Amino acid sequence: MSQTRKELLIDPLVDNNPITLQVLGICSALAVTSSLNVAFVMSLAVIAVCGFSSLFISFLRHYIPNSIRIIVQMVIIASLVILVDQIIKAYAYEISKTLSVFVGLIITNCIVMGRAEAFAMKNKPFESFVDGVGNGLGYSLLLMSVGVIRELFGSGSLFGVMIFEPVSNGGWYVPNGLLLLPPSAFFIIGFIIWGVRTWKKSQVEAREYKIQTLEEH
Amino acid sequence: MSKHNNILTKFKNMPVDGMTKTLIVAITLCLVCSMVVSFAAVNLKEVQEANKSIDKQKNILQVAGLYYEGIDVKKSFSSFEPIVVDLNQGTFTNRFDPLTFDDRKAAQDPELSISLKEDPASIGRRTNFATVYLLKKEDGSLDKIILPIHGYGLWSTLYGFIALEKNGNDIFGLQFYQHAETPGLGAEVDNPKWKAQWKGKKLNNGNGELMITVAKTKKYKEHHIDALAGATLTSNGVDNLVKFWMGEAGFKKFLKNLQNGAA
Repeated sequence: MSQTRKELLIDPLVDNNPITLQVLGICSALAVTSSLNVAFVMSLAVIAVCGFSSLFISFLRHYIPNSIRIIVQMVIIASLVILVDQIIKAYAYEISKTLSVFVGLIITNCIVMGRAEAFAMKNKPFESFVDGVGNGLGYSLLLMSVGVIRELFGSGSLFGVMIFEPVSNGGWYVPNGLLLLPPSAFFIIGFIIWGVRTWKKSQVEAREYKIQTLEEH
Repeated sequence: MSKHNNILTKFKNMPVDGMTKTLIVAITLCLVCSMVVSFAAVNLKEVQEANKSIDKQKNILQVAGLYYEGIDVKKSFSSFEPIVVDLNQGTFTNRFDPLTFDDRKAAQDPELSISLKEDPASIGRRTNFATVYLLKKEDGSLDKIILPIHGYGLWSTLYGFIALEKNGNDIFGLQFYQHAETPGLGAEVDNPKWKAQWKGKKLNNGNGELMITVAKTKKYKEHHIDALAGATLTSNGVDNLVKFWMGEAGFKKFLKNLQNGAA
């Protein structure tokens, strides 16, 4: 790999963002972005799991038999996720109640597995760690952007602090309830992907087919 | 030492995809990982349990209107007296230690619960013993009664508390601490404005009939709670569960006995 460590960290933020370019890890992005507090804790959890799983897998990469490599990766990722889940339950109980099952589902988050399989299995431990953290950050960046939009317009607050006083509390803002429901995150992520690809044309995927015209027959 | 080195080099030189090496790696990894996980689980258990009980206490404080940001939950909670109630007899019982008694576990135990034939709250089994919390004034007289309630809404079982004034008929407040209803619709049961409606409503009419209702149309002003807009099924669930727990199969007998001094 010719990338420097800094590039490994910065690249996944925009140029190679796991959500906007690779379109991975969408399901959890839908579920945990309705409030910023939750999105923030989820981001930290994913960064930690992604970084450390890449680190450990990279340490073991010469010893992992090819036939069971996916299982080995899963065992390492799952153990880390349980560890994170237990810590959140112990020190951020309120938030763990809203995150509920989604921390557990980091195990199946394609970003973590993807980095383990595509990068950590072939690169040195420290580089893998940086790559994992970078991808975690890329995921977090998108999670937080979606979270800002959803919480601000859905409940009129940011990090639980009231910005627009909603009508139900005697203010002027009528919250958009749709933004609190998971489908709204689909639209927002879709618009963000559209925006990023308009800005950076290189991210647009090449067509896999050619539209034929009738005259050619 | 040299022997140890030998084993290591031998292990290193094994073919990566060989049977032996695969087994060794798999078993070692599983052992190490399970050790890490169980170590974390065992060591953090105490903190987690403490969190859970503080969360419950916080909810009891909230429903009694005593909670504010930054309060010392443990200290304020000491003005409550937890006590186990026998629902069939409607009396206090000292068969169980109220600090360790678990209502939810008891509801699963065939000896401590009954299977419901009429089950409006869709809870399946009802525990025979429930932990209630009595809020005492400084002079030791009864101030408020906090009763645990639960029942099915649209997606989930709602768990909560209802706080009654000492006459056992006037509602002081209602609060759910655990549910998974739709955010923005059914989850509006947590909306302070909606919850504020409960205050001052009466459970029974003068003849002792249970009248409290969550509905769209207003029939009796002092027994009526406005249903949530866009959340008919959750509202129906709340209606059913409040009626169930305040009715004959729930705490009605106990509340009556409490007033007569027979509890």
